[in-house]
Amino acid sequence: MPLRKDIKKVLVIGSGPIVIGQAAEFDYAGTQACRALKQEGLEVILVNSNPATIMTDKAMADKIYIEPLTLDVLKRIIQIEKPDSLLSTLGGQTGLTLSMQLAEEGFLEANNVKLLGADPETIHKAEDRQAFKDTMEKIGEPCIPSKVVETIEDSVAFAEEIGYPVIVRPAFTLGGTGGGIANDEAELRDIAKNGLRLSPITQILVEKCISGWKEIEFEVIRDRKDNCITVCSMENFDPVGVHTGDSIVIAPAVTLTDREYQMLRTAAINIISELKVEGGCNCQFALHPTSFEYSVIEVNPRVSRSSALASKATGYPIAKVAAKIAIGYTLDEIINQVTGKTYACFEPALDYVVVKFPKWAFDKFVYAKRTLGTQMKATGEVMAIGTSFEQAMMKAVRSIELGIDSMNLKKLESLSTEEILEKLKTVDDERSFQVYEALKRGISVEQLHEITMIDCWFLNKLLNMVNLEKWLAEGELTEEKYLTAKNYGYLDSTIERMSGQKCPMHKSAVFKMVDTCAGEFKAETPYFYSTFDEENEAKQFIERTDTGKKKVIVFGSGPIRIGQGIEFDYCSVHCVWTLKELGYEAVICNNNPETVSTDFDTGDRLYFDPLTKEDVEAIIETEQPYGVVVQFGGQTAIKLTKHLSDMGVRILGTQADSIDAAEDRERFDEILEKCGIPRPQGHTVMTTEEAVAAAEDLGYPVLMRPSYVLGGQNMIIAHSEKDIVEYMGIITRTMIENPVLIDKYMMGTEVEVDAICDGKDFLIPGIMEHIERAGVHSGDSISVYPAQTLSKKIRETIIDYTRKLALELKVVGLVNIQYVVYNNEVYVIEVNPRSSRTVPYISKVTGIPMVDIATKLMFGATLKELGYESGLYPEGEYVAVKVPVFSFEKLHDVDTMLGPEMKSTGECLGIAKNFEDALLKGLVAAGFDLKKEGGVFITVRDTDKQEVIAIADKFSQMGFELYATAGTAGVLNRNMIATNQVNRVSEAEPNVMNLLESGKIHYVISTSEKGRLPARDSVKMRRKSVERSICSLTAIDTARALSNVLMTNRTIADVELVDITKI
Amino acid sequence: MALFNKSEKAYLLLADGTVLEGQSFGAKGTVIGEVVFTTGMTGYQETLTDPSYYGQIVVQTFPLIGNYGVNREDFESKKSYVSGYIVREWCNTPSNFRSEGNVNDFIAEQNIIGIHSIDTRSLTRKIREYGVMNGAITTEDVYSKKEELLKQIREYTIRDAVHTVSVTEANEYKSENSKYRVVLIDLGYKRNIRQELLKRGCDVIVVPDRTTAEEIKKINPDGIMLSNGPGDPAENTEVIKNVAEISKLGIPIFGICMGHQIMALAHGAKTEKLKYGHRGANQPVIDLKLDKTFVTSQNHGYAVVNDSVDTSIAEVSHINANDKTCEGVRYKNAKAFTVQFHPEAHGGPLDTAYLFDEFIKLMEEK
Repeated sequence: MPLRKDIKKVLVIGSGPIVIGQAAEFDYAGTQACRALKQEGLEVILVNSNPATIMTDKAMADKIYIEPLTLDVLKRIIQIEKPDSLLSTLGGQTGLTLSMQLAEEGFLEANNVKLLGADPETIHKAEDRQAFKDTMEKIGEPCIPSKVVETIEDSVAFAEEIGYPVIVRPAFTLGGTGGGIANDEAELRDIAKNGLRLSPITQILVEKCISGWKEIEFEVIRDRKDNCITVCSMENFDPVGVHTGDSIVIAPAVTLTDREYQMLRTAAINIISELKVEGGCNCQFALHPTSFEYSVIEVNPRVSRSSALASKATGYPIAKVAAKIAIGYTLDEIINQVTGKTYACFEPALDYVVVKFPKWAFDKFVYAKRTLGTQMKATGEVMAIGTSFEQAMMKAVRSIELGIDSMNLKKLESLSTEEILEKLKTVDDERSFQVYEALKRGISVEQLHEITMIDCWFLNKLLNMVNLEKWLAEGELTEEKYLTAKNYGYLDSTIERMSGQKCPMHKSAVFKMVDTCAGEFKAETPYFYSTFDEENEAKQFIERTDTGKKKVIVFGSGPIRIGQGIEFDYCSVHCVWTLKELGYEAVICNNNPETVSTDFDTGDRLYFDPLTKEDVEAIIETEQPYGVVVQFGGQTAIKLTKHLSDMGVRILGTQADSIDAAEDRERFDEILEKCGIPRPQGHTVMTTEEAVAAAEDLGYPVLMRPSYVLGGQNMIIAHSEKDIVEYMGIITRTMIENPVLIDKYMMGTEVEVDAICDGKDFLIPGIMEHIERAGVHSGDSISVYPAQTLSKKIRETIIDYTRKLALELKVVGLVNIQYVVYNNEVYVIEVNPRSSRTVPYISKVTGIPMVDIATKLMFGATLKELGYESGLYPEGEYVAVKVPVFSFEKLHDVDTMLGPEMKSTGECLGIAKNFEDALLKGLVAAGFDLKKEGGVFITVRDTDKQEVIAIADKFSQMGFELYATAGTAGVLNRNMIATNQVNRVSEAEPNVMNLLESGKIHYVISTSEKGRLPARDSVKMRRKSVERSICSLTAIDTARALSNVLMTNRTIADVELVDITKI
Repeated sequence: MALFNKSEKAYLLLADGTVLEGQSFGAKGTVIGEVVFTTGMTGYQETLTDPSYYGQIVVQTFPLIGNYGVNREDFESKKSYVSGYIVREWCNTPSNFRSEGNVNDFIAEQNIIGIHSIDTRSLTRKIREYGVMNGAITTEDVYSKKEELLKQIREYTIRDAVHTVSVTEANEYKSENSKYRVVLIDLGYKRNIRQELLKRGCDVIVVPDRTTAEEIKKINPDGIMLSNGPGDPAENTEVIKNVAEISKLGIPIFGICMGHQIMALAHGAKTEKLKYGHRGANQPVIDLKLDKTFVTSQNHGYAVVNDSVDTSIAEVSHINANDKTCEGVRYKNAKAFTVQFHPEAHGGPLDTAYLFDEFIKLMEEK
């Protein structure tokens, strides 16, 4: 049976802001789903608080609400829109949980809304611990045996039953304090005793220890006819114990015999059938490395990060198929888009291997605890496809943008072998590199296996790479050596560096197709990866399908990381759409499996490969494009500009020289001087000595940052020489090719402008003002459109400066400019002649299709022709407030204090007719629980003490109980604001930590002169707030804005919900 | 150098004159065969030891072969039947707790000539476009004797395959919980067919391919299993004649692959050679009665022609979801059903093992 007749109007819930563990993959899934629904002629209503997504685009749904994802808001939307169905399984855990709540409350039934995708029974069975165990037991699928016990004797008895080793987890202790692994009875007695003592309810969980087992995943799809298929198997490089999101993953599984593979595959199918999932499902298994024993670790009855990876790894569009199944189709009715001939009811066969490598933010969070465990910490990932593991691995490491092009990590080279081996005892983000270093030092595969439990298969493959590198380094670089290295995925430049010789020849990469069927059927869909054979399928494809259209390549933005997120994918995808509309063939190059841009039917062709010079060269050679677009792919694509330009490739839009002029300190200063635009005084330095001298010349505090980076990576405010020395130490740890910039730090109002320029005229869709003053990274600031406090004169100055800069830099396309308004003067902080984080949201709230316009300008259109006047576009009737969202609870030891270094992982938007309501919505969407009672704890640095008085006064007036440390309390009490004094962390108990534990505190306002070091009191206190889910405000401006919102006494229920398609 | 499996050159010569250069693996020498590809990502051991591959040079589309080594437990027969073996890369550091050695040593010991470092995808696409092609692997200089070799290649056909691989004497295997006696007519059977029967309480008497109805009658079994096997089914005229008689005995019959084709031929249907066959572990098959699709393991170059099945005596029960070819027949006059795919799996999905249960049910009803 095809489409269900009773479905006409479907509500789709998105996954909200990007946080660690829930990222761009849900924009990909949601976008696929929306498109699938619209293709069927269904009306789609979309709710998602994340404005940077493609799914919240007008093309994707009929009505779009960028509203907080709360039960109340959803209920109101259901009442307004009266959908007949709700699709629950494509919006991550957020969408699923909300859907289930709506169903369980009976709200859906009362409003005649059908739940599609999964029913509450299924979800309960998959997510409730006990129900899951019971279900697995019923169908004979083994779970990890565990038992809650309250005495040592019971724990020993249970351990006897399940066998050692066992894991002890005390109940209700934070971060698993008091737990551990017991290998025998004596150890267990010891650990259990301690655990029971530490647990406030004297309870521990004893669980069979399966660390060291292989971790295997299957992506499964089922329809209502009980047709079941597995799309892909995946094997983790790291054994059980590391979250799969933090593990290197290879697809398909490689170390399993057919016997083991089919055993787990059958288990996955049994599970999905029993749970009666209709759509996609992810099953994770632990497999004993030396027997057939296995355990079901987890089942996700929805699309997930793994399903996005599986889709990209195989070419099988899981989310699209899942959406079609949800509305009534069965697998045998859905055509396999890739072959166009076969059906979705089959299992993809791969004739390549895929390696996924996680991207962590530890290069940014230098003091974060890097150890990996069951809590995911990666912000994003890359995928690489190769005809061998080594090739795919080499591609992955250069895609991950760590400044490396092989498995050699410079900083490990200086460590002793003992230190390396010691490091290997704990798992952190650099484990694969540590293993590699150990292999280089001659540590045997067997010994490494014993320490890490990483399968010898992987270790031997790494050893192959070590041996290859040794071979390259000795003797003449022959053609044989060169070609072997190419097959192993080494770049020419890497080969030359390792051999110290020029390459004897050059072999260009050829491209093979990802076709779901290992070549068995002729495929229609152009999805390619590079390797080093003779036959170039991409070239054949281009010749075969030649339309006579000009070809344009759009370079994507690589892995999602802090500072370069989903917004660049939004821009790349929009550019592709416009290119197609303009009659070009749009080609995408990217390496991020989570995104819409790497969906094989977004562009006319997709190259899934690293974005380095040599990798890109081969694509250019094959495609022979008319031109390339670099300005939408963030810094990843921008970095390629000069090289492409030198190759003679036409850069569409702003030229390489302009990008250089904006980044090069001296050239940029010349332009500013010429235009008469002031900027904070600054210097460019390469060494610590130069840095100290520069800072002394400027006067502290100074702002330091490396040039050519994005997202304020490693950007700090230095208050003293000590800070500078520390900072230069950190930055020189990674490859330093580019200088460090030091500027005088001005604490004014930050203003941001995205403009579009055709070389003659310019258009500013809107001016954004930041709530937090300069010093807080723009990505972490609450940003308001339109600007609320700027005088007419200041605005005019900003418009004037924007015009001058855009024209002087010969911008064609987008430019992002950041200003600081200080003592009624406007200064330029930064100019980026490319798209920015704010483009999607400004496009959505102003209705100006910025990327579309910018793309058209690249091909010679003018703003006038497109119907736009030069200057600032008239402000609309809505105020939009962008609120950043952080993932602090997932990153231990990271100071939550906001500063010039970006820390947020995502954002959400509040839209309303006035500023306060918009901010209210934004804060609620970002997860602020805006309670109107309770306690407020205040501790601020001296410079903030005067300003905090008025804020404290407001909280006091609203009836909050105030607490503060001595200094702050003194100031407040002297100003007649009754405040309880609390001891500092380092002082005697009861102190602030006890207060935070007590549950009395609902808001914390904390600013401190210095932070970052996890050992500092202020950092400990802020971390405690995160752990206790206390709303923690670390900038005085944020605190003021929040107190103002509370003072309005309005709640989200009072505010109108806005369908943005009507703006 | 021992590094990177580098060894001496080997060549693959195809019937159309194409020469692909690779490196030697397994045994040395020259071998001619029918070049076919299989898309299974696991199960290379089962492929190498499946008698249905007799006379064929097998191309593995998955690029990394031998990852989990070789263990005897997973063999589908005593030895390897492939004529030659083509892979992109073989693994000299296999990793699996049951591994007893690597795939190179295994095929060398079986005297099978292999070639690696071949662009197997390009080769697969060629076979897909031109259809199944004969070819030769040689470790000698191919260029000096190309014309002579090409002549041999072009003349090559797989002959007498079933009779060659079949046992010559009957052999009985006892089940641990004997309930039924099943005659397994060996047309080149995979060990797991026997195992699936033993598991379900059937004593299995494996008999030679040309066993007659009279001889079977003497055994007086509860059921008859027609196994898989290599080559062109229509060539086995004697077996077909026997099976026509056997199916009149009134004993339940279950046929797999070659067995399915022989049974159809015995009932007047026709078989045809497919362009490049179905070989892999991901073939979707629709069970028309259940209206359900199953992912199946397959290995065949011939198929029963749907329209040739006499609907007065039989009906097509299963079809391939991709190319709609015949995947199963149910017989009205005899208690018999046959399938083209491999419910015994090994390698491949276990999803259709329920067919063995149906066979048991047929015997029960009797």
